[in-house]
Amino acid sequence: MKRLLSRIGFALSVLLLISPAILIFLWMLSLSLKNELDNTAFPPVFIPSPPTLDNYAEVFARNDFLLYAWNSVIVSFSATFIALLLGVPAGYGIAKMRATRLAGLILIARITPGLSYLIPLFLMFQWLGLTGTLAPIIITHLVITLPIVVWVMISFFEGLPGELEEAALVDGATIWQAFRHVAMPLARPGITVACILSFIFSWNNFIFAVVLAGRETRTLPVAVNNMLTFEQISWGPLSAAALLVTAPVLLLTLLAQKQIVAGLTAGGVKGA
Amino acid sequence: MSSATALEQAAATTERRRRNYARHYMWFVVPAAVAVLGTILFPWVFTLYVSAFDWRLGSPREFVGFANYTKLFTDERFGFALLRTLYYTALSVVFPLILGLAAALIFNQKFPLRGLARTIFILPMMATPVAVALVWTMMFHPQLGVLNWLLQQVGIPPSMWVYHADSVIPTLVLVEVWHWTPLVMLLLLGGLAALPIDPYEAAKIDGATPLQVFRYITLPLLAPYLVVALIIRTIDALKAFDTIYVITQGGPGSASETINIYLYLQAFAFYNMGYASAVVVVFFALILTLAALLMWTRERVKP
Repeated sequence: MKRLLSRIGFALSVLLLISPAILIFLWMLSLSLKNELDNTAFPPVFIPSPPTLDNYAEVFARNDFLLYAWNSVIVSFSATFIALLLGVPAGYGIAKMRATRLAGLILIARITPGLSYLIPLFLMFQWLGLTGTLAPIIITHLVITLPIVVWVMISFFEGLPGELEEAALVDGATIWQAFRHVAMPLARPGITVACILSFIFSWNNFIFAVVLAGRETRTLPVAVNNMLTFEQISWGPLSAAALLVTAPVLLLTLLAQKQIVAGLTAGGVKGA
Repeated sequence: MSSATALEQAAATTERRRRNYARHYMWFVVPAAVAVLGTILFPWVFTLYVSAFDWRLGSPREFVGFANYTKLFTDERFGFALLRTLYYTALSVVFPLILGLAAALIFNQKFPLRGLARTIFILPMMATPVAVALVWTMMFHPQLGVLNWLLQQVGIPPSMWVYHADSVIPTLVLVEVWHWTPLVMLLLLGGLAALPIDPYEAAKIDGATPLQVFRYITLPLLAPYLVVALIIRTIDALKAFDTIYVITQGGPGSASETINIYLYLQAFAFYNMGYASAVVVVFFALILTLAALLMWTRERVKP
């Protein structure tokens, strides 16, 4: 009897722990599936009856939503790709040289508030005439993605046994070949982790694009925030748009939770 | 040539090669280092430089030395922003740590569907902050929001949430807690998994109560991990921007204007580049000091 009670208590506490997450996302879904009348009803209407997809249709009817989605895709993929290109070899080099001081520099990048990069970079991009293109946004996103990739890869390469590469070196391979054909294939799980995390934090980033983006170059978080400013109470489309923005990330988390947990516990990484 | 000398020679070559390689690994780091120099180091130096100018974008800049900094010390609005930031940070560190510890202890047990429950639990941390902030904004609506309806159901008078100066910061902290408790939980869960088993077995033999085990074994052993979580949480809370900007933009009035918001307004609403740069420098110094202080604590807590 006592065991049963403690089991029920335990189950309840688990439920209590996960309910804030579930409730917010469900409420988001509920708002996005109801018409405006139900959304502003008090007491609130919880279950949409009948559920309507009008809000989603309205979001997609604005042709700029697709443009902003495309911008977000380009920015996140480019920032992640460049970060991998530069960061994976760097992580390898730092791990091999045991250059802890270099690793420390990466940590400082993690500490710096994102806004503090923006004044000089904003001025520089204006000066270079790059404002109005996606390039400034991609470049600033490197501030987030590059440290994540390097940090994850350092801890991953440090965990790999060095014997295989040494054997390759003794057989006359160059260090680049040893890296490219021995270490990198072994580190594929680490690269996956780095890739997922840097993509998510780039996708979620708001601060850089809100300052640097022009009308045509907004990313999704900025575009969705602008919807709030211009349509005070139109909760349905707003929720639908918000859900569309965060859905890819939530889906990715559900699919790759193991990798995400591994990467986050490795260094407590998080975007700027 | 005898085989012995050949072997020796080969060994010497390998050794020499290995030493050379250590230097060659530099080239793996150089491209990334250049990118870091351009996007991270250059901004620091340039900010320091700009902070010595009176520079409103569009008008000529004028060298003023430390004038921006002396102005900061007498700037009341900056002072209040600093206090608000510290208040916000203190709350956003304490609650996630307590809740994250409780969650980690629960997720450290074995129970059915644990993997699924953990995945759901970490979803808030991965969700797009802006998107979620918009939903919170709707929930905080004083007349139509679902939160006041919930309060009504349990007999608590409705709150003004983010629409009143007294409740705005605790309300924003609520969002921050929702977002980042999972990260604390993950860090501590990693710590719990790494704890040695022996002390627990000894305690079991000695007949210690669960509370005693927690107080005298788990908590001291977990201390280093708690400090790491504390450091990360402090830094992130100091840097908080997205949710505050989206939900209140520093309002009502300037009741939720933290340093980050103040900085944003100075730089990108008023275009006071020189003054904003001085704010960045002071803010960054504050973060570095706090981080260093916490790192120092960490060294002392290490077993």
